[in-house]
Amino acid sequence: MSEDHDHGHDHRHDHDHDNELGPMTARVRALETLLVAKGLIDPAAVDAIVQTYETEIGPRNGARVVARAWTDPQFRTRLETDATAAIASLGYTGRQGEHVRAAFNGPGVHHVVVCTLCSCYPWSVLGLPPTWYKSPAYRARAVVEPRAVLAEFGLRLDADVDVRVHDSTSELRWLVVPERPAGTEGLDEAALADLVTRDSMIGTGLALSPGAAPTRSVARPPSP
Amino acid sequence: MNGPHDLGGRGDFGAVASGASDARAPRFHADWERRALGVTLACGALGHWTLDESRHARERLPPATYHGSSYYRIWIEALERLLVRHGEVSPEELADGLAREPGRRADRRLEAARVPAALAAGAPTQRSLDARPRFAVGDPVRTVNDHVRGHTRLPGYARDKPGTIEAVHAPHVLPDASAAGLGERPEWLYTVAFDGAVLWGAGTEPGLVVTLEAWESYLSGVPAAPEASPGSAAQVPP
Repeated sequence: MSEDHDHGHDHRHDHDHDNELGPMTARVRALETLLVAKGLIDPAAVDAIVQTYETEIGPRNGARVVARAWTDPQFRTRLETDATAAIASLGYTGRQGEHVRAAFNGPGVHHVVVCTLCSCYPWSVLGLPPTWYKSPAYRARAVVEPRAVLAEFGLRLDADVDVRVHDSTSELRWLVVPERPAGTEGLDEAALADLVTRDSMIGTGLALSPGAAPTRSVARPPSP
Repeated sequence: MNGPHDLGGRGDFGAVASGASDARAPRFHADWERRALGVTLACGALGHWTLDESRHARERLPPATYHGSSYYRIWIEALERLLVRHGEVSPEELADGLAREPGRRADRRLEAARVPAALAAGAPTQRSLDARPRFAVGDPVRTVNDHVRGHTRLPGYARDKPGTIEAVHAPHVLPDASAAGLGERPEWLYTVAFDGAVLWGAGTEPGLVVTLEAWESYLSGVPAAPEASPGSAAQVPP
């Protein structure tokens, strides 16, 4: 099981070691080869799918949605009433984002998103979910002890803050709109988007303070 | 179904311990996981099964297999079963990797050039329905107590629980029917809010509300409390 673990370890197995294939590497390669031989899949299409979700669709989409909502009251209202249309107006549509609803953090309320039954996640605005979002631990615990889970992310909420956990049981996907950080009055939309982390749009984090933001050049997540 | 996938509230899975926060958190552990994603989506485009049937195929894995497998291994286990069930791949072909027959739906193969359009289109599940929604925002409801043998999207922890309608969305394809090949049977979809203490009892975290999306057949109405009147006591059984 050494290549099968899914426990959020930070070490990775990104490539084959030597010439020995792990059992899952061999199994998936055999299946893909068989399906190509039967004319059922195009390996270039598989490449294109992977590339789309590794390099083109990711949390920068969602960050732009949030930054627009922070700066444009009309857009925010539209995001409240018809998030699917509001997000589509910025060009973000498609698979696992067909129907979207936004949850707005504010004074006294904090939203967290989970999928206890599988791993539903708003791909169109956040890309593929991180491994921890799909882990049994997060799926089991976020819905029953979200404060304890958030504390593991370093986020400790005040006792008087209500926590609203959204279990994604349908094809409707949830996007959390974090609170705009203090001290950002002079920032433009692009600079604001750099403060919006992926975790802040799942609810396991907050938007960054201006001093903590990464510079633009490293804001895009590295290819794992 | 009361399957291994229904994890909400289950204990002893340990810390979430994301380790690498945010952008550094990996989406894949190994390159084969990338292929598993791409192959699974490409096979879905053949149109043999719905998203609901593919979810159900994962949930129906033997519990020990489900809990003992990583995320994308579960996908591959289910994909192999779906391909066999729908006659696209034979057990013999899976066993030795040698194609005996051409694919049945090779004419529907997803070509690389079509990938952007296919991913951009997605698969919306909203449908139209003549019937009006039975419930309105603010209505008290109770989830049903059905231990469904097939696929359902009502988690076990929220079964037979009182809640409140928070939003009325639109008619959507009913996963229970779609997963079983019974057609779409769209129903109105709602967001229902549950108080934490209703779900988890006295030890619940303070200020917790859990919401989920429920199809209309997952819900029953809650009769309004009878007005106290001199005659009403006679109708209450002792």
